[in-house]
Amino acid sequence: MDVAIFWAPAVLAVVSGAMVFRFDSMARATFSLLTSLLCVGGLVVLLGLDYLGIVIVLMMTIEMAIMAVFMVMYMMNPAGFMPMTMMHNKKGAAVVCVLLFLLLSAGILLAPWPARRGKAPADPTMELGMSLMGPQMLTMMTLGMALFATIVATVVLATRRGRYDRLGDDLRARRADDPVRGGVGR
Amino acid sequence: MAERSPLWAIFVLPALLIAVAVVTAGFDAALAAGARNGRRGSLREAAVRAAEPGREVLRLLVQQPRRTRASDVPLARTGAALLPVAAVLAAVVLPLGFRSVSDLPEGIVWFNAMEALAWAAVWLAGWGPNSTLSLIGGYRFLAQGLAYELPHMLAITTAALGAESLRVGDVVEAQAGVWFAVWMPAAFGIYLLSAMAMAFWGPFDQPAGHDIAGGAASELSGADRVLFLGGRWLLLVVAASFSVPLFLGGGHGPLLPGWAWTVLKTAAVLAFLVWVRRRVPTLRMDRYLELAWVVLTPLAIVQALVVAVVVLNR
Repeated sequence: MDVAIFWAPAVLAVVSGAMVFRFDSMARATFSLLTSLLCVGGLVVLLGLDYLGIVIVLMMTIEMAIMAVFMVMYMMNPAGFMPMTMMHNKKGAAVVCVLLFLLLSAGILLAPWPARRGKAPADPTMELGMSLMGPQMLTMMTLGMALFATIVATVVLATRRGRYDRLGDDLRARRADDPVRGGVGR
Repeated sequence: MAERSPLWAIFVLPALLIAVAVVTAGFDAALAAGARNGRRGSLREAAVRAAEPGREVLRLLVQQPRRTRASDVPLARTGAALLPVAAVLAAVVLPLGFRSVSDLPEGIVWFNAMEALAWAAVWLAGWGPNSTLSLIGGYRFLAQGLAYELPHMLAITTAALGAESLRVGDVVEAQAGVWFAVWMPAAFGIYLLSAMAMAFWGPFDQPAGHDIAGGAASELSGADRVLFLGGRWLLLVVAASFSVPLFLGGGHGPLLPGWAWTVLKTAAVLAFLVWVRRRVPTLRMDRYLELAWVVLTPLAIVQALVVAVVVLNR
């Protein structure tokens, strides 16, 4: 039973991953990749790491949905309605993917895996959190704030309109002059 | 911790959810007809109107399916079918009283992951038919999703933080005394807002708005349409019911058994959400976006901080 539960998502993950290179539509390629990643999430759950597996499903779904928006938004044909293929080095990418897949599979089959020592913890999620965060909580918090500050700074630098456009030369305007009305306080 | 439920619960769960969704849709239809006529009809009239959603389903099932030109049928079908599936899968961790079909140790994350699938579903259903209006609906839903997801995640994380567990059963157990809605009111409010947004319901129904002819659902016909719009009702029911174990004490309450309290509280939340849709006009998404980022997200973070301090001092 366990074997069947392993092989079904495993095969589906590889097939839908390969189909990314075959589809001629951006939407199909995106959701084929999502299918592959969801199967990987399922396999991680099968390994007993429920939390990681479910988080993979959650993050990848949202990520792929957002990616679909951006890809289609910036494409040459309107909203991605016309059939198209990925023009940038499709063959090369496929070859690299196949080689990498073979290399990793060979690694799995040939590596001398150690036998399990001890037994699985009662709460793998807790153990995972402790080993990721435990002594480095402060580092993680600082890193998180630094990342967030970087995102905000990038957006501030990238927008054309600055605070002088919004609030006047002396920053004294009573209400901000924004292209889009509405929202908070207006 | 919640007890294990028998195997047949897996089959009862979808039927139960559909029954609740049909009753809610009937209630909404009766209210809508009353509002249209400007008066309250007799009880008999109301009953006839409440059967409207059922008749609509039968009509759609025998309808001749309509196909747009160059549509991506597999993607549109997947989208329409994925919506109810995601709703039912999310409901797996919902406890009725103190029993759920599967009380996963990471139930709260599971719920969130399944509702994320609904994002993909609505976008697929909107993109698939090769039609502008449905595409706009799909994109609107993603814009809305970006605005509601962050405060929403923080709100449900706050409940998990208060119980110090991601297991829904533990969250219910932690509310044996005081309900979380009492000492995390901001998180509760944000959850209710995002519950409506998740089912593109009430003030958040722009993805299926009249201005774009029904948006994401505009090109769906026949059984696809039943699945998609039915899935939307299921999502609403599931999102509303999940507020009961998270913030309203689940099955805890005096006198009545646990399941009865769950049903009562769920009915109250659902009735509230249906009422809100009648009272509040549709919000433009760019306006809500600013509110979500500037007000709701910081509010949710402050609420989580307060709960974290309380939990650490316990």
